[in-house]
Amino acid sequence: PPRATPTMNCRAEVLEVSVEGRQVEEAMLAVLHTVLLHRSTGKFHYKKEGTYSIGTVGTQDVDCDFIDFAYVRVSSEELDRALRKAVGEFKDALRNSGSDGMGQISLEFYQKKKSRWPFSDECIPWELWTIKVNVVNLANEQERQICREKVGEKLCEKIINIVEVMNRHEYLPKMPTQSEVDNVFDTSLKDVQPYLYKISYQITDSLGTSVTTTMRRLIKDTLAL
Amino acid sequence: AMDTDLSSQDRKDLDKFIKFFALKTVQVIVQARLGEKICTRSSSSPTGSDWFNLAIKDIPEVTHEAKKALAGQLPAVGRSMCVEISLKTSEGDSMELEIWCLEMNEKCDKEIKVSYTVYNRLSLLLKSLLAITRVTPAYRLSRKQGHEYVILYRIYFGEVQLSGLGEGFQTVRVGTVGTPVGTITLSCAYRINLAFMSTRQFERTPPIMGIIIDHFVDRPYPSSSPMHPCNYRAGEDNGAVYPSVEDSQEVCTTSFSTSPPSQCVFTVTKAHFQTPPPVVTDTLKVPVMGLAFSHQLSSSRLSYQPAALGVGSADMGYPVLFAGGLNAAHPHQLIGPGKEGGVPPIPSQPAHGTQADQERICTPLDGVHYSAATPSSSEDTETVSNSSEGKCGSPHDLLETIFIRKVGAFVNKPINQVTMANLDIPFAMFAPKNVELEDNDPMVNPPDSPETESPLQGSLHSEGSSGSSTGNTHDDFVMIDFKPAFSKDDILPMDLGTFYREFQNPPQLSSLSIDIGAQSMAEDLDSLPEKLAVHEKNVKEFDAFVETLQ
Repeated sequence: PPRATPTMNCRAEVLEVSVEGRQVEEAMLAVLHTVLLHRSTGKFHYKKEGTYSIGTVGTQDVDCDFIDFAYVRVSSEELDRALRKAVGEFKDALRNSGSDGMGQISLEFYQKKKSRWPFSDECIPWELWTIKVNVVNLANEQERQICREKVGEKLCEKIINIVEVMNRHEYLPKMPTQSEVDNVFDTSLKDVQPYLYKISYQITDSLGTSVTTTMRRLIKDTLAL
Repeated sequence: AMDTDLSSQDRKDLDKFIKFFALKTVQVIVQARLGEKICTRSSSSPTGSDWFNLAIKDIPEVTHEAKKALAGQLPAVGRSMCVEISLKTSEGDSMELEIWCLEMNEKCDKEIKVSYTVYNRLSLLLKSLLAITRVTPAYRLSRKQGHEYVILYRIYFGEVQLSGLGEGFQTVRVGTVGTPVGTITLSCAYRINLAFMSTRQFERTPPIMGIIIDHFVDRPYPSSSPMHPCNYRAGEDNGAVYPSVEDSQEVCTTSFSTSPPSQCVFTVTKAHFQTPPPVVTDTLKVPVMGLAFSHQLSSSRLSYQPAALGVGSADMGYPVLFAGGLNAAHPHQLIGPGKEGGVPPIPSQPAHGTQADQERICTPLDGVHYSAATPSSSEDTETVSNSSEGKCGSPHDLLETIFIRKVGAFVNKPINQVTMANLDIPFAMFAPKNVELEDNDPMVNPPDSPETESPLQGSLHSEGSSGSSTGNTHDDFVMIDFKPAFSKDDILPMDLGTFYREFQNPPQLSSLSIDIGAQSMAEDLDSLPEKLAVHEKNVKEFDAFVETLQ
């Protein structure tokens, strides 16, 4: 029977933002956290007879320092750290790239499909969020103040867009049995359970082509090993 | 007839889910308008009282109000649960900001699994609600409440009433969940002509004349339920005790089964265990209210100066705009090409309240010298004190706003004081303090000539060419021939400079008398040393800049 290709059934959403250099991190975190808020559950606790119970997800408000904006994230320090690490690397890469300050960061949700030996496990993405970032340079404080507000307004729109997508109730992986749970969810965190995800980024020039020869990937499950 | 396919257990579960979903919805909305940051903990072990696997605290009064409004009913077609969020100033004027609607329509999804899919989707919807409650304009307003205004909520059940939101309100949909008995929809309708709270927003919206007035209209429906402040803990203050939510509620312990999907084991137990009454976290402080309001309000109004910190030194101030047919120059229908490329959508959400504007006032402009008081302004000072005497004991509660137009360095007559009287117009504090010409906004119109990087430079060029005065004779200040930056405009058929000159001094209404608040003048003078100190700090920058002009 034909194998499902990795790109089947993977919906892709693209968001674009123009921000000042110092706003990159907060803007990325706002978007990524909002997506992960919707794509994380409480920890599963499997019991007898194939039943399971679900832990509780807490949430908290985050105020941005460089943007007139606030967002809600899942209360999980581990998750926040992981996102900050990825976003920090992205920001540094943007800064060091010497290009026009354009890049994109991607959040991909995937399922693992176990293969028989000698084939390695497949990672099949089912949802891909791409945030395209354009870094602007501003000349004075006046412009920065305006930028704070404008980016805040833009992020409000992005949150509404994300929620719209989430509300479509499109494909989500089937709830896994205990033996399968690590193929669907990231069970390494102690307090919440996001779907398996990867974050990667690219720095692009203004034509949209990648100028870095390596596309760096932060692979969540390999880090967890 | 529609729900004969649903097992009775499923039906019971579904009703329970909808009921608790409604209660949690109200909690999320009200808590998002308390003015504080909310923080709850994740817990890997289910506690049994966290509906929808989300840690959402239950404020007892809020649950009480919600239950009262629902009166044992559930949202159904034509019977929606609405949470109305409004703003009330210390002077008693109130204005509806948002209506959150939990509605049910007839579109049924028979195939969907109640105990599993519906439950999880309701959980997802609550997460969306958490996110969306932070992005409507009322959120930022509510974070700044306490001194000049408070945010109130009111819950009602029945038909949705949107008329109090003013014209042109916007809607945002939070989400929908299909169930076998109908589709649950959660959405928010919010007022947008609070847009005048941000000067930036003002530039893109139609004139606000008449908009502030609409709140004077009597509410068509008398409040069937009283309004409550979002951050007022009635239970603590007057000793009224609301039954703790846990006392009588049924607690949901969810158990899901993975094997075979058709068997979803879902147990709901009636638990009467005692949990400590939900205590709102430390972050939810209860401000003491209602005390020094009038004092604070008046001082904030008087100190609230739309000192034109417009763009660069070509500061153009526009009179504070408020109701009553004031001819505020409204040149700002322009929509320039956005820097992101393409035409930017008109933002539907004004961003910020008075505090943002005040912060902006405090932000010093690079390279701008505010000239010290000159003889012309001392004349005005005299006028100030004279009329302030006249002001005392006036039967009208006249509050004045000094509007100072600051033109930058090298201008002979640096300060023009245009003063407008502010009749006791509510929400005047929210009116724009200064309105920048959008053309001077580099984000909207990127510089088209490389040598003029900032409007500051552009206008200083114009200062250099001192000469003929084309100022309006009403002014005290002399307008040097004005060459504004980015002055060529595709949209308007006239030169920006001409436009500015034409509209810079709208005629004042004869019905408004001009009195000047001495207090605001004094405060302005008080703030001068501070401003001078800041500019002194930046003196190297100024010097360097002046060098480039030589």
